Amino acid sequence: MAVGGARDPEAQPIMPETVLETVGLTMRFGGVVASDNVHFKLKERELRCLIGPNGAGKSTFFKCISGLHKPTEGHVFMQGTETTGWLPHQIASLGVGIKTQNPNVLNGLSVFENIWMAARRFYPNEEASDRATDIIDKLALSYIAKAELGQLAHGERQRVELGLVVVGNPWLVLLDEPAAGMSSADVEHMSRIIDDMTRTAAVIVVEHDMQFIRSIASTVTVFYQGAVLMEDHVDGVMSDPTVRNVYLGKKA
Amino acid sequence: MIGLWKKQDLLAFIIALIGIWLLPTMISTYTLTILVIYGMLGLSLGLIWGFGGILCFGQAAFFGLGAYTYAIAAINIGESTVPMLLAILVPGVFATLFGAMMFYGHLTDVYLGVITLVVTLILFKFINSTAGPQYAIGHARLGGFNGIPGFHTLNVPGRTDIFIWGDTLYYVCALALLVVFFFVTWLLRTSFGRIAIGIRENETRISLMGYDVRARKTILFAIGAAIAGLAGALFANWGEIVTPGLFSLQQNAEVIIWCIVGGLGTRFGPIIGAAGLAYLKFLLGQQTLIDNAIIMGLILVIFVLFLPKGLVPATTSLWQSIYDRWPVRRSGSRRRTRSRSATHHA
Repeated sequence: MAVGGARDPEAQPIMPETVLETVGLTMRFGGVVASDNVHFKLKERELRCLIGPNGAGKSTFFKCISGLHKPTEGHVFMQGTETTGWLPHQIASLGVGIKTQNPNVLNGLSVFENIWMAARRFYPNEEASDRATDIIDKLALSYIAKAELGQLAHGERQRVELGLVVVGNPWLVLLDEPAAGMSSADVEHMSRIIDDMTRTAAVIVVEHDMQFIRSIASTVTVFYQGAVLMEDHVDGVMSDPTVRNVYLGKKA
Repeated sequence: MIGLWKKQDLLAFIIALIGIWLLPTMISTYTLTILVIYGMLGLSLGLIWGFGGILCFGQAAFFGLGAYTYAIAAINIGESTVPMLLAILVPGVFATLFGAMMFYGHLTDVYLGVITLVVTLILFKFINSTAGPQYAIGHARLGGFNGIPGFHTLNVPGRTDIFIWGDTLYYVCALALLVVFFFVTWLLRTSFGRIAIGIRENETRISLMGYDVRARKTILFAIGAAIAGLAGALFANWGEIVTPGLFSLQQNAEVIIWCIVGGLGTRFGPIIGAAGLAYLKFLLGQQTLIDNAIIMGLILVIFVLFLPKGLVPATTSLWQSIYDRWPVRRSGSRRRTRSRSATHHA
């Protein structure tokens, strides 16, 4: 399938190419402007965190990129192709792995079946089985490979969802709150997995948990009232007075 | 292809053959034929509802469409092979267009049920109002509420003078059901079938994986309709008349009840539910003490309250729990739990 981008670490270009770009992305729900004229660029194999207080428009922005929402105005480009208004399955077919905010898994099926299905989209049947088994090993899920997903713990299910996102070998991964509701051990595991992803893919993480963002230490884009407030390395963002005001409230 | 088949399929095949051979000693083949046909109709809804998650309230529409297609084609052509194929094709094509309209329009859940039901009722009303001589397709008059009688019934392919009827028709129908059953089994084990089950589980996830859910649902819907169409054509041969009653609300509701009672998400359930309830209805029809509808209604209520998963899943889980209590098995399952927690802590 259409899975371009640099897979081979040796063939790395000197100037990383922009893999995702939004131009003037705006999303309105009636009178509410959830995303306001967002200009955003993501480079190849970059790890980017989107933060912001509740209702800042992170998730709306995320949904506009992944095709779950159709933006009111503006454009989305992926590897130079305009994908504005594409449906989720078309975007995913390009080689984009997407994890939504609420766990979206196949509860009635086994862990293997979940991951196999994701792999089958990009590989023939036999190879999909092999790749699914590989990922299950890598994510330390072998002991529950045959268990029904609905009966697993939250952390395990989150890991399975990550597994089915990465099994297709995406060049862009979009994760909406991957660490939500997880134990600290699970969060640590998660940051290692994300770190691993950035070897082959650009990753966008929408997150609330500042501890988690520090642990994966990356460039952070701060959203506020639908627009981009600032973009800097995590340490710069944390020490910025405006960001602190936004997060803690101006009266505090 | 061969790797898709399992040991239990051979077992099912042998049991089915023995059943087909033994059942006529208990029930007349005339009754058995209709039970088998209903079993096929049940299976067609069981496939799209139980495995694809598409609750179609109008499965009888495809059944009726198959029956009418056969009758009309048989009158015009004067033999049965092409009409049989048309009876599979026409409902299939109709369902492709109809399904595409619904699934590409993002109709789901209850709306889908309403639309499918309404389409069935439109067909019912339309066919009922075609009594006049102007309603004819070729030589075949649609006949309104009187239906179409006197068409050419099933013959040996290529020999229009040798008819298949009576006992032979029963064996033909039973083998057709067997073929359809193994076709469904095969389909559910292919990538297409496995992904269809995934769509039932979570549509959003499947589309986020990059699959076009709309196209896949349309195809599955069409396959279900084609099977229902085949059942309809066999029904036409059994009854030797087709009437608008095939499209009726009652017929529609019955298919859904068969699936609920037999068990959704299984292949045997809808067949057993259909044949069982239809036979029960046949037996109840021979007495006049209690009204048929009351007993059928009671059965549905009891099933929804006490066996919501249906007959086959309930029997399976009962069997499983007995099997698990067997000492040898228990030590095995205990070992499995232990190894699970051991790896978990590692």
